[in-house]
Amino acid sequence: MSLDATATERAPSPWTGRALLRRLAVGDEVAHLVTLIFAFIVIIITALLVYQLWLNSFAARHEFGWHFWLSRTWDPVLEHFGAAPFIYGTLVTSAVSLIIAVPLGLAAAIFLSELAPRNISDTISFLIDLLAAVPSVIFGLLGIFIIVPLMRTMIGPALKHTLGFLPLFQGPNYGVGFLTAGIVLAIMVVPFIISVSREVLLTVPRDQREAALALGATRWESTWKVVVPWARTGITGSIFLGLARAVGETMAVTMVIGNDPKIVTSLFAPGYTIAAVIANEFSEATGKIYLSALIELGLVLFMITLILNGLARLLIIATERGGGHP
Amino acid sequence: MKKTVLSMLLLLGLAVAASAQPPDNTVLLNAAGATFPYPIYSKWFSDYHQAHPNVQINYQSIGSGGGIQQLKAGTVDFGASDMPLNDQLLGQFNFKIIQFPTVLGAVVPTYNVPGISGDLKFTAKALSDIFLGKVTKWNDSEIAGSNPGVKLPSDDIVVIHRSDGSGTTFVWTDYLSKVNADWKSKVGSNTSVNWPVGLGGKGNEGVSGLVKQTPGSIGYVELIYALQNHMGFGLVQNADGKFIKASLPSVTQAASGVAAKMKSDVRISITDASGAETYPICSFTYLLIPETISDAAKRDAIKAFLNWMLTTGQGSVQALNYAQLPKAVVAIEMKHIAEIK
Repeated sequence: MSLDATATERAPSPWTGRALLRRLAVGDEVAHLVTLIFAFIVIIITALLVYQLWLNSFAARHEFGWHFWLSRTWDPVLEHFGAAPFIYGTLVTSAVSLIIAVPLGLAAAIFLSELAPRNISDTISFLIDLLAAVPSVIFGLLGIFIIVPLMRTMIGPALKHTLGFLPLFQGPNYGVGFLTAGIVLAIMVVPFIISVSREVLLTVPRDQREAALALGATRWESTWKVVVPWARTGITGSIFLGLARAVGETMAVTMVIGNDPKIVTSLFAPGYTIAAVIANEFSEATGKIYLSALIELGLVLFMITLILNGLARLLIIATERGGGHP
Repeated sequence: MKKTVLSMLLLLGLAVAASAQPPDNTVLLNAAGATFPYPIYSKWFSDYHQAHPNVQINYQSIGSGGGIQQLKAGTVDFGASDMPLNDQLLGQFNFKIIQFPTVLGAVVPTYNVPGISGDLKFTAKALSDIFLGKVTKWNDSEIAGSNPGVKLPSDDIVVIHRSDGSGTTFVWTDYLSKVNADWKSKVGSNTSVNWPVGLGGKGNEGVSGLVKQTPGSIGYVELIYALQNHMGFGLVQNADGKFIKASLPSVTQAASGVAAKMKSDVRISITDASGAETYPICSFTYLLIPETISDAAKRDAIKAFLNWMLTTGQGSVQALNYAQLPKAVVAIEMKHIAEIK
């Protein structure tokens, strides 16, 4: 590495006191050491986190074993705990949010990077970045006061009227439930997808576009067939960044999902997510098994995130093998 | 250069040490626990500090469960809980706990029925069957029977409960367990339960928000919350058969009826208590004090505070919409103070 090369040039015997001082004074070694330590701290924190979750969930793991993942009962009185409804709720709300947010976010990013005049693009991007910084409780309030009533009076009935033959859109519609939570999450996730995707699209080299245009492609063809495939890896990354936020979101979800731990096909039905139940019940949980079951839910959430991230890596590797961008 | 840095660090260290070390005669007490009594506790602790400047009590309202955990770990001097600790929980402590009821709270049914503006009356059977999912329409005979002359719609009932663990849920489910054997065997009582039906809202504000927005819904909130927000709420039939609208005197009434039984155990549940004017869904909230406190200064401060809380302190309770303890209960607790060693 260049760093080692310059270091050996400057100091023939690196660990004698004076040489070390000089190297420290130059700054390279210090930077190397400090960044190394910080990088390790991140890993250590993650490892400690998993260790603590594992340690403190002992009572629940011992009591329920693998049934914890499959059981549908969550009964703090009889101390029967199962994570299935929460895992289901977490996955369904995240999936709904991505189904809404990905087309929206991608289209907006393409417009902002490829089609919009630069000054308009910059202004809008600034506003979108602001949106990404809004605290989640605000989105929760937006959900309660605007989306829940809309869902009950307009969106819900309209979906029932048009797609009511699907089991997804049947049953009573209270305004709160999987679909509402998914919509609120989509609003929270979209800014991430737009912001990162736009940056990635802007880094696609100009000659790629010019080459496509020179071959007779229209502007849209060059965008869709050349620019977007080139930026595919970065766009996938932005989607998974959004997914990570959706999976772990607590406040906004618990305010609009109905908090009922059941596995139901209907998206109108109330549900529950892992993050929401931990936030709701942790402070008042008494008893060893109850507390450790909540902590094991945290472990489950961590593992789900890990699995999703692994899948994301696989997806990126698979698409890269498919050709296109090196 | 090095010397200045060193001396500055030293000074900083001294400053930190000095600020962490209160003057000699000051007693600093740490407490944590229930959120429901937090407004009155913080008023009490601040009033007490003004009257006794050498005693300072820090209270963190982190929830009853958290308070119990911290007390168990010994990180606080005393805890607070909305739910009395049962023998199983007490067994997890390696020291003895004395529980002191401090104030009373009540839980009331709140609803949103299209076309109904007045107060509805609920029998115990109506409430428990609604929350069990057995009564599903507002014009069910169980509700209509106790509300003659009120034209109830045939709308579906939407049940709203608390999603967060809470003392409010404990009182509500404790009441339902007492009045309905089915509820007791299928659901039971706790700060969170496995609800047979309904939607969950976070906190009193979450429940009342969902109730306001959902036509045909019924939920439950703390009496204090309903009073402070000028919400309407329903009457509940008590054990003597009378329909009572919850009020502070009717809550204190519930406690005085059972005072005789509290001599042996203060943990007695006062839901569904007898007495013509008694509101049936209420409970104490508790301070959890270790029986043995080795630090003499802390012990004296806690004992003096408990004494003040049961006498002067009770005077400021009603201004914050809590119900005060009946005299008979205060007398019992006064005796318990002497047991702290």
